[in-house]
Amino acid sequence: MRLRRWAIILPLLCAFLVSCSPNSNDRPGRKHTITIAGSTSVMPFTEKLAEHFVVDHKNFIIDVQGGGSTAGIQAVINNTVDLGMSSRELKEGEKTLNTITICHDGIVVVVHPENPVTEMGLDQVRQIFSGRISNWSQLGWKDRKIDAVSREEGSGTRSAFEDLVMKGKEINDATMVQDSNGSVKEVVATDPYAIGYISMGLVDKKVKPVAIDGVNPSIKTIKSGRYKIVRPFLYITNGELEPKARQFVDYILSKEGQTILKNEGLVGFYD
Amino acid sequence: MIDRTVFKERFVKWVLVAFALSSLLFLFLIFLFILAEGLPLFLKVGVKNIIFGFKWAPTKGYFGIFPMIISSFLVTIGALVIGAPMGLSCAIYLSEYSGKKMKMFLKPALELLAGIPSVVFGFLGVIYIVPLVRNYLGGSGFSLISTSLVLGVMILPTIISISFDALVSVPKTYREGSAAMGATKWQTIYKVIIPSAKSGILASFILGMGRAIGETMAVIMIAGNALKIPGSILDPLRTLTGNIALELAYATGDHRLGLFSTGVVLMVIIMILNYIANFGIKRKIAK
Repeated sequence: MRLRRWAIILPLLCAFLVSCSPNSNDRPGRKHTITIAGSTSVMPFTEKLAEHFVVDHKNFIIDVQGGGSTAGIQAVINNTVDLGMSSRELKEGEKTLNTITICHDGIVVVVHPENPVTEMGLDQVRQIFSGRISNWSQLGWKDRKIDAVSREEGSGTRSAFEDLVMKGKEINDATMVQDSNGSVKEVVATDPYAIGYISMGLVDKKVKPVAIDGVNPSIKTIKSGRYKIVRPFLYITNGELEPKARQFVDYILSKEGQTILKNEGLVGFYD
Repeated sequence: MIDRTVFKERFVKWVLVAFALSSLLFLFLIFLFILAEGLPLFLKVGVKNIIFGFKWAPTKGYFGIFPMIISSFLVTIGALVIGAPMGLSCAIYLSEYSGKKMKMFLKPALELLAGIPSVVFGFLGVIYIVPLVRNYLGGSGFSLISTSLVLGVMILPTIISISFDALVSVPKTYREGSAAMGATKWQTIYKVIIPSAKSGILASFILGMGRAIGETMAVIMIAGNALKIPGSILDPLRTLTGNIALELAYATGDHRLGLFSTGVVLMVIIMILNYIANFGIKRKIAK
């Protein structure tokens, strides 16, 4: 993380130096930098929002970094960033920080489009990933081993999946592991017998979402609370947010910002 | 004037020495940093629990990398099983049979093969080999055999170029002597030339192993990265290098240290392999 921390500190230092130079003070064209770091699940959406935001706010530079939820939270604690991004709830010991929920994200269990299985119970998903169900015949398809694909240890999506689906059961060691939502999707899209879980925003025709306990994953069912595998996307701050960063957060929570998130497949606060 | 020339000569020499030693310095620094980051966890968790531990769940306090050590060796041996016969055959053809023209064509082609980035190998593996294995052999396709196949091809240039050098350096008189005894060309090759070049050929295999065990990108893409020791050649597996690359992005605290510990183990294995290749075997040649 040391390198990553520098990646966060350096732009800050630059911003600091720029703001210190006497000429730039009070000039109307002065750029204001907001640094944001954390969850790689939230990052692409933050980048998208930042792109739209700077169109109308030309004097802003929004610097978005990855690093993972934990690193982002750590950076907020160390005051090296203005905002942290997290795709998991705060743990004990991090509770002194403030959270702003910007939207919710469904985690969707996906299979290959040719797979006839359209529905399973949450407990069945748990049993597949814990290794108790290992053959498609147990789910009413052909006699063929299930190729389960999970995410790597430390990933926010995996830890949300563990909390929401596994509920204390461990993910089986024989489960395949990929290091991004994209590669999980790629494996499921190419292997007819695979099953994986990815962020709802990334589901497209290449993979087939599975209904859980009879509920199809969709923005509607998440809003109504019927679809249960949902995690919040959080922004984390240390104390009061400084006014410029507040402006960006307000934009995200505005109808405009929420519409952008909705178009990306996330679940915002408006309809 | 002479003083100045002498000074200049010395200056150049020392600059060159400094640069030459800098590569050693880098090696030393890499060593130092990996050890500094990796050793604390060995002290904290215990060498036995890391090297012989079966369970890897770093966020829950388990740092066992034994399955990955085994998996790393399995893919390496698999790569050798595929790459060694092919590589040795190619080297024998190059040194004993091929004409000048063929050599002029084959050698640059091999260099090109050596220069292909591993992500390209990985990509081709995912697109072609994984589905082939899945459709014809079964399993998910992300497996020991797919990984071994791709690694086997990747280590070909190493094996060919080093065993070629060993074969070529067998004195011409050996060949002539053998021919004078009435041996055919193939008899000469397997009775005389290969035994004489044995150490060099073995060194090429071991350096090939070093290459295979250190390969990362292609392996992550094809191996499936499951934590379990594979029960068959169709099962997925995770290597030491794969473990580091896969999890580094999110790792913090002890998890991150665990990855450095994985690095320490990997470094020790590669050092041993290189030691065997460079000293053990070459010294035999000297005798």
